Amino acid sequence: MFHKIVLPVDLTHADKLGKALGLAAELATRYGAEVCYVGVTANTPGAVARNPKDYSDRLAAFAAEQGHERGINTTSRTIVSHDPSVDTDRHLIEAVKDLGADLVVMATHLPNAGDYIWAGHGASVAAHVGASVFLVRD
Amino acid sequence: MTDENVSAGDGIPTPDGASHVIETDYEIGQDNVEGNLGPFGFDIHNPVFAISGLAIVAFVFYTLALPEQAGAVFNWLFDSVTKGFDWFFLGAANIFVIFCLLLIVSPVGSVRLGGTEATPDYGYVGWFAMLFAAGMGIGLMFYGVSEPMSHFSSSVGGTAVGEDGIRTDWAPLGAAGGDEAQAVRLGMAATIFHWGLHPWAIYAVVGLALALFSYNKGLPLTVRSAFYPIFGDRIWGWPGHIIDIIAVFATLFGLATSLGFGATQANAGLNELFGIPVGETTEVILISAITAVALVSVLRGLDGGVKVLSEINMGLAFILLIFVLLVGPTVWLLTLFADSLLAYIQYLPALSNPIGREDVNFSQGWTSFYWAWWISWSPFVGMFIARVSRGRSVREFVVCVLLIPSLVCVLWMSVFGGSALHQVINDGYTAAQDATLELKLFKMLDVLPLASITSLIGIVLVIVFFVTSSDSGSLVIDTITAGGKVDAPVPQRAFWAIFEGAVAIVLLLSAGGLKSLQSMVISTGLPFTVILLVMCFAIWQGLRNERRAIK
Repeated sequence: MFHKIVLPVDLTHADKLGKALGLAAELATRYGAEVCYVGVTANTPGAVARNPKDYSDRLAAFAAEQGHERGINTTSRTIVSHDPSVDTDRHLIEAVKDLGADLVVMATHLPNAGDYIWAGHGASVAAHVGASVFLVRD
Repeated sequence: MTDENVSAGDGIPTPDGASHVIETDYEIGQDNVEGNLGPFGFDIHNPVFAISGLAIVAFVFYTLALPEQAGAVFNWLFDSVTKGFDWFFLGAANIFVIFCLLLIVSPVGSVRLGGTEATPDYGYVGWFAMLFAAGMGIGLMFYGVSEPMSHFSSSVGGTAVGEDGIRTDWAPLGAAGGDEAQAVRLGMAATIFHWGLHPWAIYAVVGLALALFSYNKGLPLTVRSAFYPIFGDRIWGWPGHIIDIIAVFATLFGLATSLGFGATQANAGLNELFGIPVGETTEVILISAITAVALVSVLRGLDGGVKVLSEINMGLAFILLIFVLLVGPTVWLLTLFADSLLAYIQYLPALSNPIGREDVNFSQGWTSFYWAWWISWSPFVGMFIARVSRGRSVREFVVCVLLIPSLVCVLWMSVFGGSALHQVINDGYTAAQDATLELKLFKMLDVLPLASITSLIGIVLVIVFFVTSSDSGSLVIDTITAGGKVDAPVPQRAFWAIFEGAVAIVLLLSAGGLKSLQSMVISTGLPFTVILLVMCFAIWQGLRNERRAIK
């Protein structure tokens, strides 16, 4: 049913992804799909990595670790953004299309009043990609 | 296990190649406080955010509660800084120019910002438009006509000596009493001197320091990082907090005062064109409107907001420039351009001489003032330049931040100032000469064809330049107060954009508030000059280590 699952990852808050990671792995095992972990980073040094190359290495290591732990095929993709606070949604949408994913599993916060002004990443992605989207509440 | 480290479209580069990353245990964002305020998230550096925010509010209250005392204190501060330390400003600015020129020819110029394999984030057009819009856009609109005119008039007037033997005239150098042709050359040289190599060298130093320590050394994108070679890990403590707080302070007040003055000036222009009444109501509406547009731009981000507006503005400014050049005395203006450039080179040593100056009013009231002003703006402009310059080599960076903008300024000043001078000398039309500062541009355009259209373009340019200053400033302040993180929640930058507008309105409505705070902002130029000199040293050290690491 699914071949390629995209799972957007914020490496800074990877600890909050437990549910989504588990779910993606289960679906991947069930359908023999591959999981691609997608991370968006700024070109400036951040909390997780000192430069984009470093970020990309860490994300690849994260993907490898997940693949090993859960026995699934994993890949990773790093997107370097000029202004991640604003452009993350756009980058994720492009990545989902570009990777040819047919399912997006995505951790997202509970809806709140702020969503009327700034929709969460999950909502924006769901609104703009052709793939199925599974939003996982934390 | 495949690793698809591919970057997404938009010409965003695949990092990265070798660079010399500084090893430090500091984790970016470790001093940050994250949380939610109602529905909005925040991620701010403690204590930089709190102290700068509170200090700004305290200063605003001080100028409101005790306007006369505050005015007196800040004016005294301003006078003692620009008059007592003129030699220091002039000398330091010369050092920055020489330092930058040395970087171009030195082997370290080959170091690439972002690592040996990094490719530029932005193409030349977008990059250049943003450099310009942040750097001096608005000033060109107001001083393009007025400054050449001022120096020309004072030069023609000749020198005058007071009873105490000190010159009382405002002419540059030895003036050119009665000699109009010579006064044009001197006036143009003096103007270009203030808008040419020196200000751009100041910006280049700050921009280069921040870009180098952030992209190559892996330190957070904030002013304190450039001081790592000197303070080491102590930079993450109070010495660093203080540097960042001063930077936020200078940026916010610099922007707020500019926004306030800009509203006054835009109001005058609108009054001239459409008869819109001059007054506080119009100005408050203007500031609110400019802030609202800036807010939209800030929310659309660097690529969707600031970059787009900067490009639009550069296009408009270019059209206006070509128009004035073509409908005006084209050949005369082009000759003036070449002539001014030669005059600039000819007078440069004398104009930049820091000691033993006889033209005290000019060297203190104009040059020293300008240097302090550029320097107090440098954390903002430098940081913004750094943000968009990843992937350029040091040599390319310096050429494009120092030489090309200087040349464009020479051209701009020659065309706009030259047209007005031509009107005075050849046509005897003195409306531009006699008009107040904010109207000079419009009076000059008035006698050219299509005046109503060009004046409207002029107003739009003024307003959009304010928007680009306001939004890029908000991005910079947000980054500094988030400890160098550029991915802080969006409401935070919206907060700074609104705060800036609010401060501008409050100051505008208070008597003399803007004036006295402007004096204070300029006074922050003094500590920053020291900071910049230290930065030169840090850049040199950093570039040498970089070269060694690559080898």
